Amino acid sequence: MSELTTVEEILERKSHAVTRNPEQAPSHDVREALYELEAKGEIVLHKMPENHVEVKTKFGRTKRIPIEHTWHHKSCGQCGHIPGYTSSIFWLHRQFNLDYLDPTDQTSCTGWNYYASATSNAAAQAAVMVRNFAAAYETGYFPIIHCGTSYGHYKEIREQLVHHKELRDEVRRILDKMGKPLVLPEELVHYSEWVHVMRHKFAEKQTVDMSMIRATVHPACHYYKIVAEDAIYDPDIYGGQRTATVTGTLEALGIEVADYSTWFDCCGFGFRHVLVQRDFTRSFSTLRKIEVMKNEVNPDVTVTHDTGCVTTLDKSQFSAKAHDRNVGIPVLSDAQVAALAMGAHPFRVVQFHWHSTDWRPFLDKLGINWQKYWDEFQGDLEMIRSGQKSGITWEDADKPVVY
Amino acid sequence: MPTTQENWNPGKAEDRHPEVSYDEKERLFFEVKNDPRYEDFLYGCYECGICVSTCPSARFYDYSPRVIAQAMAREDIERVYDIISEDIWNCAQCFSCLRCPRGNNPGGLVTLLREVAVKNGLQETKDVLQGYSRVIYKVMLKGNQVSPDMLQPDFFPDWGPWVGQFSANMPVWRKAIPVDTLRGVTDAAWKTDRKTLLELYTIWFETGNMDIIKEIDEGLYDLLADVMQEELEEG
Repeated sequence: MSELTTVEEILERKSHAVTRNPEQAPSHDVREALYELEAKGEIVLHKMPENHVEVKTKFGRTKRIPIEHTWHHKSCGQCGHIPGYTSSIFWLHRQFNLDYLDPTDQTSCTGWNYYASATSNAAAQAAVMVRNFAAAYETGYFPIIHCGTSYGHYKEIREQLVHHKELRDEVRRILDKMGKPLVLPEELVHYSEWVHVMRHKFAEKQTVDMSMIRATVHPACHYYKIVAEDAIYDPDIYGGQRTATVTGTLEALGIEVADYSTWFDCCGFGFRHVLVQRDFTRSFSTLRKIEVMKNEVNPDVTVTHDTGCVTTLDKSQFSAKAHDRNVGIPVLSDAQVAALAMGAHPFRVVQFHWHSTDWRPFLDKLGINWQKYWDEFQGDLEMIRSGQKSGITWEDADKPVVY
Repeated sequence: MPTTQENWNPGKAEDRHPEVSYDEKERLFFEVKNDPRYEDFLYGCYECGICVSTCPSARFYDYSPRVIAQAMAREDIERVYDIISEDIWNCAQCFSCLRCPRGNNPGGLVTLLREVAVKNGLQETKDVLQGYSRVIYKVMLKGNQVSPDMLQPDFFPDWGPWVGQFSANMPVWRKAIPVDTLRGVTDAAWKTDRKTLLELYTIWFETGNMDIIKEIDEGLYDLLADVMQEELEEG
C-alpha cells in the first residue's frame, strides 16, 4: 500500500515553475504517438483510405474523414430502438454509390454498460475495441463509428493504450488468443463527421425545401467533451466556439438553426438512469432541454447525432406532457434529416414510426403527405404478414420519393 | 448540528460508516489511487465549481463532482468512503465536467471509484445494480446493450402508448427495415457471427470480467458462465 502524500512532497512539487511554449499546441497529436508505436512494431496501424476529406478540429489539427470503403461500427441503441437512424446512414451512402461494409463480425463497444454499471475493467473494454478494429482491418475497410458513446469511449481507450504499455501488453495477450493483432485506426471517425463533410453533396441532391424549418441542435457530450481536441470545429460555424457537426449540416440544407441557453447541458441519458432510474432522465431532458428550447425558440424539430440523445429527448416527452409541461418537439438525427431532404421514404428508410414524440406536424410543415406514405408502408407490412414478401430490402427503399 | 468552534472540522468528513474499519476504507482508497489511469484524471482542484455548474446530476441530486475531486486530492479517507458507497451512482457519466480548467476528469474518477466498488462487492453497489442485471446479461451474452424485444410496455410505461405499438408489431416491423444486418432481428440489435460472440466471451474470461460479475451477482454469474462455457467448449 502506498503512503499518503506528505506536505513536503506537495511543496516540492510546487517548487518547480510551469513553463509553456506558445509554439506548441495545448494538446498532443495522438497520431504522432501512434506512428511511433507502429514503428516499434507495437501496433498495426489501419491506414486511411485514399478517398478522404481533411477538416480542422478544435485546436487546429487536421483530421481526415474517409468518404468510402468504410466498415460501419453500428450502434446497439440505434439498431435496437431507432432503426431509421442506421438505415438513413446507409441510404445516404447508397445514393452516392459509395463502397461500404455493414459487418456481422462486430459487437457493440459495451461502453453503455460500462458507463452504467462499471461491471468491467480497462483491459476488457480495450480488448472489445481492438477486437472490432482487428475485424475491420481483416476486411480492409476503414472503421467509422455510428454511436457517440462508442466514439468517445474509443477515443479515451486509445489514449490509455498509447500511454500505458502494460495495458497494450495485456490487450495483445488476449488478442493473440484469437489470432488477431493489436490494430488501431489512424483516425477515429464518427459518422456525423462523414455527414458533415458530405453536407454540400447532400444539398446538391436535395429535393425537399427545408427553408421554413427552425431547428435546435443538441451536440452530443461524448462526441465533443471526451478527448475534446478530436471534434470538428469550423470558424464559420458558431465562430469556431462550438463543434460544427450537425449545425453545419442543417445550415447546408437551408434549415434555420436557432440557439438556446442550455445548449451545453447533457440530454439526461445517464446510461443506467435511462433504463432503471428514469426519474432523473425524464426530468432533466424535459426541464433543462426540451422545455427550454420550446420556451426560447419554439423549434419544429431538434436534431442531434447520438443514440442516447435521440432516445432520451424523444421518449421523455410523453410523461412531461402528462404533467402539462411545455414540450412536444420531434427529435431526429442529422442523418435522418439529410435523408429526408433527399427524398428518403419516411417509413421505409427514416422509420418515423419508431419515434414517440409527434412527428406529424413536422412532416406537414415540410409539405409531405405522411398519410399517403404510411398507407403505402402498411401495404408493405400486409405483404410481409401474408408471406408474399419476406421483408423490405434496399430494392424497395433505395429510390428517392418525389414529394 | 450547528457549527461551533469545537466541532468545526473543515474539509474532513465525519465517520458515517463506523461499521467499516478505517483500514478497509484506506485500502479501497488506495485501490482507486493506484489505478494507472488515476494520474491522468486528477491534477489538483481550484475549487472554481465549473464542473458543478455543468453537471446534470448536481442539479438533481445532492451530488458534487468538485467534492469528489477535492476529497481524492486531499486523501480524505472517510469522505471518499461516503462517495464510493453512495454518491458515485448519481453521476450521469456525460463528462461535462471535463470542462475543468485544471484538466481534471471527475467523471473518470467516478468510473474508477465505481470499478473498485463493484470489484469489492460493496453492498450499496449490489443494491443499486440489482434491477440492472438483465441488461448486464444481455450485453455480455449478445454483445449489445439493448435489443428490440426490450421495448415492452411494462418496462417502459412512461415512454407512452407507442411502446405497446412497438411491442405488438415487433416481428413484422423489424422485417420492414432495409438494412440487411437488422432485418427480422428482435433479440439483438443486429445479426452477429457466432465466432464474434465466442471471441467476446473469451475477452470476458481472460480479462477477469467474469470474476467481477461473480462478486456483484453470483446468480447472474452462474447463468452467464453456463452459457458461455458451453458455447466455448463447442467452439
